[in-house]
This record gives sequence, structure tokens and C-alpha cells, in this order.
Amino acid sequence: MDVLPTIWFFAIGVLWIGYLILEGFDLGVGMHLIFSARGDTQRRVMLNTIGPVWDGNEVWLLTAGAATFAAFPFWYASLFSTLYVPLTLALLGLIFRAVAIEYRGKGSSERWTRNWDRAIGWGSVVIAFCVGALLALTTTGLPINANGDRVGGPFVWVNGYAILGGLALVGFCLVHGAAFLALKTDGDIRVRSGRFVTRWAPVALLPLVAWVLIVQYQGGKLITLVPIVGAVVAVVFGWLNARRGREKRAFAGIAIFLGLGALAIFGSVYPIVLPSTISRAYDLTVSNASSGSYTLTVMSFVTAFGLPLVLVYQGWTYWVFRKRISEAHIPATPLIVPAIKK
Amino acid sequence: MDPLEIARWQFGITTVYHFLLVPLTLGLGPVVAIMQTMYVRTGNERYLRMTKFWGKLYLINFILGVATGIVQEFQFGMAWSEYSRFVGDVFGAPLAMEGLLAFFFESTFLGLWIFGWSKLSPRIHLATLWLAVVGSLLSAFFIIVANSWMQHPVGITYTHGRPVLTNIWAVLTNNTALNAYAHTLTGAFAVGAAFVLGISWYQLWRRRKDGIDTVDASKRVIVGSSPTIAGRDAADHGVWIKSLRIGAVIAIIAFAGVAYTGDAQAKLMFKQQPMKMAAAEAACHTGTGFSVLSFGDVGSTSCSNVVSVIEIPGLLSFLANGNFTTNIKGVDQLVPEYQAKYGTTIPNKSIYGAAAGTKIDYVPIMAVTYWGFRLMILFGALAAFAAAVALWLTRKGTVPASKWLMRLAVFGILAPFAASAAGWIFTEMGRQPFVVAPNPTPGGVDGVFMFTAAAVSPGVSAGEMLFSLIALTLVYLGLLVVEVSLLVKFVRGGVVSAMPELGSKPDDHDDDPSAPHRDDVLSFAY
Repeated sequence: MDVLPTIWFFAIGVLWIGYLILEGFDLGVGMHLIFSARGDTQRRVMLNTIGPVWDGNEVWLLTAGAATFAAFPFWYASLFSTLYVPLTLALLGLIFRAVAIEYRGKGSSERWTRNWDRAIGWGSVVIAFCVGALLALTTTGLPINANGDRVGGPFVWVNGYAILGGLALVGFCLVHGAAFLALKTDGDIRVRSGRFVTRWAPVALLPLVAWVLIVQYQGGKLITLVPIVGAVVAVVFGWLNARRGREKRAFAGIAIFLGLGALAIFGSVYPIVLPSTISRAYDLTVSNASSGSYTLTVMSFVTAFGLPLVLVYQGWTYWVFRKRISEAHIPATPLIVPAIKK
Repeated sequence: MDPLEIARWQFGITTVYHFLLVPLTLGLGPVVAIMQTMYVRTGNERYLRMTKFWGKLYLINFILGVATGIVQEFQFGMAWSEYSRFVGDVFGAPLAMEGLLAFFFESTFLGLWIFGWSKLSPRIHLATLWLAVVGSLLSAFFIIVANSWMQHPVGITYTHGRPVLTNIWAVLTNNTALNAYAHTLTGAFAVGAAFVLGISWYQLWRRRKDGIDTVDASKRVIVGSSPTIAGRDAADHGVWIKSLRIGAVIAIIAFAGVAYTGDAQAKLMFKQQPMKMAAAEAACHTGTGFSVLSFGDVGSTSCSNVVSVIEIPGLLSFLANGNFTTNIKGVDQLVPEYQAKYGTTIPNKSIYGAAAGTKIDYVPIMAVTYWGFRLMILFGALAAFAAAVALWLTRKGTVPASKWLMRLAVFGILAPFAASAAGWIFTEMGRQPFVVAPNPTPGGVDGVFMFTAAAVSPGVSAGEMLFSLIALTLVYLGLLVVEVSLLVKFVRGGVVSAMPELGSKPDDHDDDPSAPHRDDVLSFAY
């Protein structure tokens, strides 16, 4: 068994789980901004729950990508080039969403703000869908040849799994985002977000459950049933607590559900990182796609030092901004008038 | 259309664009941090105003740099999969280190800084800004390390047709990287300083034009205060003259650093990538002279039409070696050397696509390298000169009333941007036809080089690349317009735009419970 590549496969799994749990709720908040909020003040309340943290959450995506490049260059190269179109869309979503969050309050017309809000909302949907499709496809396979290059046109990746993965992540983000809003706000948004979780979680989380089960059916092992059972317990626990208005437990249950579900997926596909739908001989695995042991050792030291530190200071950030936000906390929008004589 | 050409245009456009935003982030960050440090140490409200105002502009620019940076990282896998496979063992590591050790730092602590004004103690709040700034500087370091490895691959062996990392320390301390980092960083400080200088000049000029500040018989400033325009009080003058001086002093020091590090980098490049430097000089023939002006077809990659009009004998040799007599190899001598070492034609393999079997042109496009190199130096020198003149002209406390001088100061902001873009275009175009240049110095490993033609993704169609090229270019153009118009709006708004509380009259919020400054209202909110 390749020890270092295996460790790195699961390290990348951890980075993805970190990304999905953290950015999961801030993408969800972005979606609720246009689907659930009533009026501009509510939108600002929602946005400010993720204000200090969303940028740091997004770095998990970058780091997952860069770590894949460093540890499994062949996986990175094949996956990213094959999914050129959905990644381009995800990038456009990421650009618009980031800029929109920063610029929405800096204009002088209502139209300006509304348009940037749409960019935040739809950007979040597009990012979640494309990242979900990418992750699903890396578990179910892509038409790649012996060199790892795509065989077929730009849309050859479009299939049921891609759509399932996209829906799974959008659905998860909606529920997770609502659970976060119920936890971090007060007043009307808190009540309605809590209600969203109890009403919609059983439906919105189904695609994710289906994806986990499909992967388990394809290549799952006995041991991967453990996280699956854990994930089911966690989501039921979360949902029951959401019904009782225990927001912390509800949020934790949904987060743990995602973490264990993703762990089951990563465990089931191991040791294959990207199956080829053309021939099993072209499958990329932890051993044939990885970097050399020196590189992996260096990266292990860097991660062993860096990642705990990241968890500490990101954790501290959540502690600093632990208070609930309500509409009363939102200051009036300052009007910017040129400090010059006309 | 050839996917290779489209992929190259896309990488060029997105990188140059990204690197218009990043130097401002790198250069302005430390300035804001210094201002806030002065505020925390002295308690002088002037520095608080400076921090808030420049911090606002910093953030407007920062976010676009972040957003366009993600494109850079994903692009390697998307459009350059063969490159990613070839270099992955080495090149991915600095990118992953950037994420883990630098970018997390930068974005997390910046979030804390933006929203932490009333939540954190002043010292801790100041520390979050410094940590974010250190994160951005570290981030730049890892990216330069990755780029420098493409210019000068070190720390590797050649195994099974790929470079394999054997010494990460050698990669991190690559002399190319250390020089390029110093050069890039001083260049970025110059960008930030010129930005502060130009805008401060505009504000001081505006105060004079509005009749707030006047000058006495000896041209010394008489600071006034406007009763009607919000924020235009006497302290406002101090904000701008102090900012202007900080900007000018940093600019002068930074430009001296740029020149010094640039000289060191050129000397290194003459050894590591002789063809790039020969092309930078349009030096067709071996000799010692530095071309001041060359005519003819420098646009071609051929030497037959280039006529050197003005040449300073010995100067090129001095720049490269520190003496006036050592001959510097010209293009006509280097080409046969490269052909002997790296072949005359692109290998006839499928990964080279349309380029397979074609003759290799080892000479970069000389119009780009020659003029890129010269424009970089010209714009840099102009801006340095302007900073020194600005310091002299404002010695009596304000700027001259001349509208043209104000315009010059504002447009001068663009000079260091242009210099840094020209420098990057020069060094990246000058590396062609290689994406990973061979390392000819002692310690270099034979076989570790890669032609750009082999680096592009074989499975990606020209149509997809064209789609992303057009989409990204249009979005980038649109966002540039948005960013610049927001910057202009907030600059025109003056300090009040970043500190609305300066605009409200003091008797407003004592009785009114809904007014800002109540304890439960966020001190900062989107």
C-alpha cells in the first residue's frame, strides 16, 4: 500500500470537507439572500452573518485545488481540463460573487444593490452546482484516455451523476445556510430560517444521500458503511433538533452529516481518484496519479504545521463574531457625496 | 484556431490584469498598516482618518485581486494540463504552501480587520491588519517562487521524463526567486506610493480650488476650514499633506530599490537566460554596446533588419558583468548554441499538436522584449523623478494651484502600473519558446525544460478556450470600469466617504435613539 499517497488522498478529502462545511453555509446564505430575504435590511442582516468569514472560507477551495495539484498532479490535470466548461462557469460565479459582496453597498442606486444581490445569489447557485458536479464526476468517472485527456466534446461530462452532484450541493447549501442563519440571526429571519430547515431538509438533502449510496454501491467497502450510518444518525439528530428550535444542535447535525457523508464517498472510491469510463486500465489511482514521496513528505510537514494553525485562527474569528445579528444592528447606509463644491 | 494561441492569450490577459490589482494590494497594505500603527501609538485622529480612507480604497481593490487570483490557479489544470503533469511534482508545492501558509492568513485576518473595529482592542485590531499584510507579502513570495522555477529550474532530478523534486529549500531560495521577489515587491511599493501621492495631491489641490486653503506672500500654506462641505475641516489638510509626504518618501525609496534589484536581476538573467537579455537589447551581434535606439524590424524574430542607431559602447557589458569590455553574446551567436543543445525542430509527438515537427524559433518577439524592457525602465524612472519633484513642490505645506500639475500627479499613478506590467510582459514573453526555461548554469539538470507548445491541454477544444477567453476578458473589462469608478467616487468623497460620522453634525445623535453609534449597532456592516 502506498502510505503517503493514501494519507494525501484523505488529506485532500479533509480539505474538501472543510470547504463544503464552511463555504456550504455561506453559499447557502448567498442563495437565501435572493430567495428568502424580505427587504434590503434583511438582506444586509444575512450578508453580515458571513461578512467577516466568507473570504477565509473560500480559501479552502483554493487550497483543496492547490493541494491536489501538489499531491496528485495527474488527477488535477485530468479533472480540471476535462471539466473546462463547468469550471469556467464556477470561476465566473466566484468572481461575481466576491466582487458583489464587497461592492453591493457602495453604489448610489437601489438598482445597483439589487443587481449585485442577484450576482451573489445566482453566483452562489452556480458555484455550488458546478463544484458539486465536479466532485460527483470525480467519483463516478469521466471519459479519459491513457494520457488522462478527455475523449469527446466540451459537454461530454453532462450526465445524471453530474446533475445529481450539482443538486446535492445546492440542496445541502440551502439547508446548511438556513441552519446557519437560524443560529446567527434574531427575529423574523431566525424564525423563517428554522422553519426552512424543518420543512425542506428531508427533500433538499436527498440528492446528497443518493450520491453517497450510489458510490457505496459502486465500490464501497464494509467499513464505509460506518460513516454512512453515522451520517444518517447525524442528519436525523439535526432535523429533530431543528424542529425543537435547538439551533446549535441542528447546525452541528447537518455539518456532521456532510462530513461523514463525504468521508464515506472518499472511502468508497479509494484507491481510485478518477475512474475512466473508457477503460478501467486508464483509471487514475492514488499510486499512479501522485507526486513523489519527497514532495508528499514536504507537503505533509507544511500541512501538519499549517492546517492546525488555520483551524485555530479561523475558529477564533467565529468566536469574535459569535453574537447574533438582527435588523436593529444594521446601520443606515451612508450616502457618499463628493466633498467638493459643485 | 490553434488552442495553444488562445490559451496563451488567455493566460497573458488574465495574468497582466491580475497583476494590475495585486501590486496595489501589496503596496497599499503596508502603508495603511503604518498609518494605523501611528494612530494606535499617538491617538492622533488624523491618522485614524488616513487609515479609514486609504483602507477603504485598499479593500475596493483587494477584492478584485482575490477574485481574479482564483482564475490563475485553476487555469493551470484547465488549459495547461500537460504542463501540470510535467511540473506537478515541483510546481504544485509552492501553490499549496501559498494557500496553507499565506492566503488563509491574509483573508481570515483581513475579515477580522474589516469587521473588528469595535469588537477587538485597538492593539489586537492593529495586529490583525499587520497579519493580513504579512499574509499578502508571503503569498506573493510563494507565487514568485513558482514562477522563478519556470525561469530557472532548481532542486530537482530528471526521472522518467519528468522533473522530480529533491530539495524544496533550493526551490524556495532559488536566486532567481529571491531577486525577482525583491524586484517585484519594491515595484509594488512604488505602485502603492504613487497611488497615495497622486490622490493626496488631488485632495490638496481641491482644497485650494474650493478656497479652503490659501497661501501667504511667501507661498506658505494658510490652512482653512469649510463651514459648508462635510469633512473639509482643518484636520483634513493634515491628512492629505501627511499622506502625500509618506507616499513621496516611500516612492523614492522604493524606486531606488527597484533600480538596484533590477540591476541585480539583469546580471543574473544574462547568465540564466542569455537569449532573453539579448532579445531585450535587440542585440543581434555579439558586443559590448547598449542600444539606446534601434530601428528596423525589431518586431520580427530575425536579426537581418535590425539597425542599431544609437549605441553606448561598453554599457551593456557593464550592466551584465560590471566591466566595459566583456563581450555579451548576441542573438546570432546564441541561436546555434540553443539549436545544438535543445534541437532545431519541435519533436514529432502528438502532445505538440499543430507545432509538432516545426522549426523552433529561439528568439522571442523582439518588439515586445525590446520595448517592454525600455518602457519598464522609462516609466519607473519618470515616476521616481515625479515623486522627488512632488516633495520639493509641496515643501511649504500645499500643492501649487495649477490644474495641469494636478492632472499630471493623478495620471502619474499609472506610470508604475505600466512599468510593472511591461516588466512582466517582458520577462514572460522573453522566456519563449519555453514555458519552463532550461537551466544552463552549474547545477542545472539536462532535460528539464518544456516548450510552451507542449504545455497546453490536449483534450480541450479551441471553442471552449475561446469561450472562456471572451467571457473572462469581457467580465474583467466590465469589472475594471466598476472598480475604477468606485475608486473615483470614494476619492471624490474624501475622508467622509470612509467615515460617515464626520459628516453628521454633533448634535444629531445625542437625543435620537435610532442614530448610529449606539452600542448594539455594528460599527461596520456590508
